[in-house]
Amino acid sequence: MSHTRHPLLPRPSLRFIPVWRRNLRVWRKLMMPSLLGNFGEPVLYLLAFGYGFGRLVGELDGMSYMVFIASGIICSSAMFTASFEGMYSAYTRMAEQNTWLAMLGTPLTLDDIVFAEAIWAATKGLVSAAAILVVASVLGLVTDARALLALPVVFLAAFTFGSLALVVTSVARSYDFFLYYFTLAVTPMLLLSGVFFPLQEMPGWVQGLALSLPLAHVVEIVRPLMTGTWPTQVALHLAVIVAYGAVALVVATALIHRRLIR
Amino acid sequence: MNPHGETTPSRHGTAAFGDDAAAAMPAIAMTGLRKIYDGVSVVDGVDLAIPPGEFFGLLGPNGAGKTTTLRMLLGLTPIDAGSVRVLGMSIPEYEREVRARLGVVPQFDTLDPDFTVEENLLTYASYFGLSGPVLTQRIDDLLDLANLESRRGARINTLSGGMKRRLTLARALINQPEVVILDEPTTGLDPQARHHLWRQLRRLRQRGVTLVLTTHYMEEAEELCDRIAIIDAGRIIACDSPTALIAAHVEPWVISLSTASARQFIADPSMLPARMLEIADTWLIYTADPAAVRAELESAGLPHSTRAANLEDVFLKLTGHDLRE
Repeated sequence: MSHTRHPLLPRPSLRFIPVWRRNLRVWRKLMMPSLLGNFGEPVLYLLAFGYGFGRLVGELDGMSYMVFIASGIICSSAMFTASFEGMYSAYTRMAEQNTWLAMLGTPLTLDDIVFAEAIWAATKGLVSAAAILVVASVLGLVTDARALLALPVVFLAAFTFGSLALVVTSVARSYDFFLYYFTLAVTPMLLLSGVFFPLQEMPGWVQGLALSLPLAHVVEIVRPLMTGTWPTQVALHLAVIVAYGAVALVVATALIHRRLIR
Repeated sequence: MNPHGETTPSRHGTAAFGDDAAAAMPAIAMTGLRKIYDGVSVVDGVDLAIPPGEFFGLLGPNGAGKTTTLRMLLGLTPIDAGSVRVLGMSIPEYEREVRARLGVVPQFDTLDPDFTVEENLLTYASYFGLSGPVLTQRIDDLLDLANLESRRGARINTLSGGMKRRLTLARALINQPEVVILDEPTTGLDPQARHHLWRQLRRLRQRGVTLVLTTHYMEEAEELCDRIAIIDAGRIIACDSPTALIAAHVEPWVISLSTASARQFIADPSMLPARMLEIADTWLIYTADPAAVRAELESAGLPHSTRAANLEDVFLKLTGHDLRE
């Protein structure tokens, strides 16, 4: 059976699993600093904004500000963690340590490797979100078991953000390049997608912009689940997240292929 | 095909093939292979057939197309024209199947700096789907072969350059490959480290492994290879065993002398029929009759030294002697 590579569609195999496990093995060695970054910082935000602002704001959408912001930060921390992994860490493996080049001496293909990186970014996003969920539960901010349903959504979202980050990585020439994406995409999404305050408070055009990007849709599903209600228009929100992720994975794989197989 | 090879590897590339067709099939076959970057043919119509069990060297100056040829062999560079078959399978269509039976030692260090020596081997093995007691045994054997047994738990950044190369070779052997590809395996190593790696490579002969390496060290090619292709500007300009290349292309003796002495010698109209070549601050005189040339030099009182011609002389003659950057 021959497999001429489709010029566009990636065809990853189950061989992506050892690549994912390799990243896990490295991460286990560096777990403490990594966890501090992916989990400590968002928890600080949660506590500082929650307690600090919470007093001033009181209730929002029928919930305490602390609960509101906890459900938002779970989404944003998944976005940050997965984006960071898909950029700085993946770039290190691609361009600095030649990890991917070594893998290309084995039965692995770039389709496997890029897919594994996206799944790995999703895994790290999930881990940081889950850690925050634990803290939120301990603080009594989450009481309904439906919050657990937020985790698969967060995993999917982190896959999307990881894949988007891999697109940026595929054209990056140095680490500095990632600041463009953080400043032009990640930070605006963080501020406009209903993480810190309700999207409905924004002017219509800002709401339109926010809803054209994936993070707002993640928040729209996760926040109700975290607060013990059912989200609405789930199919629409999921469709936006999946579409971004699928297109990003295809583009990232094609661009990385063009960059390394030459 | 039997991974350990049915054919008898021989020192000079005339492997005794069995009758069955599988054994007669070359381990690597390239026909009309071509790669063009920005309108320039980096690899310009390379034809090669490497029989199983042969140690084959690609020798050439920097930029001659050696690495690009190897990359096409591995499916890492798209082929613009021609074809490559490895173990009977076409590249890039079967790159996954081919790479499962290949070992690769890249030009640059690609070891995982976050892992120990042993973890590097374990992780790399997992890409081939290898695990369990068989793998444990194999890792023990490879560490022993690479003389890294005592460094099993060491971090990569504590290893010397020679140890890293030996580990990279051990890593490339983790899947018991039938073909091993090495891109400038000893560049940057000191002589001791180089000899150590050569010894590791020579042991692969007994296993019938086919070996393809690029190098610009002549002694390395002469030391290891049954057959050598000299490649320049993307073309193979000569291909044979080291001794045959020397016999075919250069006079058997080389007398070297300094530029100043050489000027004096050339000025003498009674100069003996000999081919001369200036390289840096030395002149090389190629001759079949060294006694006559030496008598001439001695009577003129010019200091000189004589040696047998080697592969380097073939290389200089065929690729010219300009410095390549």
